[in-house]
Amino acid sequence: MRRRFAVLLILLTPLPILMGAAPALAVLPSERLDDPVLEARARGLSHELRCLVCRNETIDDSNADLAHDLRVLVRERLKAGDSDAAVLQFVTSRYGDYVLLRPPVKPETWALWFGPAGLAVLGAFGAAFHLRRRRLQGEAPAPLTEAEKTRLAELLDDSAK
Amino acid sequence: MRRILYFLPVLCFGVLAVWFGQGLTRDPDALPSAMIGREAPKFDLAGVAGKPGLAGGDLKGQVALVNFFASWCVPCRIEHPILMRLAAEHRVALYGVAYKDRPEDAERLLKQLGNPYSRIGLDSDGRAGIDFGVYGVPETYVIDEQGRIRYRQVGPISADVLEHVLMPMLKDLGVK
Repeated sequence: MRRRFAVLLILLTPLPILMGAAPALAVLPSERLDDPVLEARARGLSHELRCLVCRNETIDDSNADLAHDLRVLVRERLKAGDSDAAVLQFVTSRYGDYVLLRPPVKPETWALWFGPAGLAVLGAFGAAFHLRRRRLQGEAPAPLTEAEKTRLAELLDDSAK
Repeated sequence: MRRILYFLPVLCFGVLAVWFGQGLTRDPDALPSAMIGREAPKFDLAGVAGKPGLAGGDLKGQVALVNFFASWCVPCRIEHPILMRLAAEHRVALYGVAYKDRPEDAERLLKQLGNPYSRIGLDSDGRAGIDFGVYGVPETYVIDEQGRIRYRQVGPISADVLEHVLMPMLKDLGVK
């Protein structure tokens, strides 16, 4: 029990560090919108969009030129009255789903979204099946009948002679 | 029945080994374009270096290559001789887009190395690039007679890419 606790502790240790790490934002003051509501929406959308130059940074975190262009573009679309979904659609229609950091749920990505849970369920069924069978096999065998007992006694007597 | 069950892990291993093995041969940086098969975007760019500009409408009616380049782009200089050769040897419309470049810089580059393009559009803010889905220069798009994007080459066109990828595709589209 104590060892299990220790393992858990080790696994969880980096968590506060990861959660506390504030990303260095690359958003320039000149890019910000005056309207705080629109700017907040722009920031939200920027966190969904991948910088294709750096591949694993959001366009909010990246210093790449393309990321800057996309940040400006997102803000332009918002100012033009686009909904959040329309802005994401605008970008994905040009750069594909890869530009979204959160893959959309569709038949091509079902394995990605539901695969792990599916495997866990499958594994749980397998484990339950196995454990049940082991328990059934582990039960004490039926006691000997009278006939078997006499036969056993005879055999033991035989060997004792 | 039980015996078959014992072979299951081996079978799983085999399937995964083949699958992952194939994955190793693929280029992890390859990024398929979302624009393949779609009509080229609408844009209208002013000309550079005395050449006429480039607009979406210019891409219809003949097979065309649209090459995004920039004077500040080093790999563009690597592919430049190949583009010069392509323009000299084949009857294909080769258009350039000076991506996020200043006109005088683009002009200087073309004076230095020669100008393979029959039309050049100046995309100073990179907006046409975004509409094409460009994420880094050089990129080259193959566009068919109907003005649809058929292929995107990311990175410089090497002699190998020209011979084994672009030329077969252009010949399929009817370029001599």
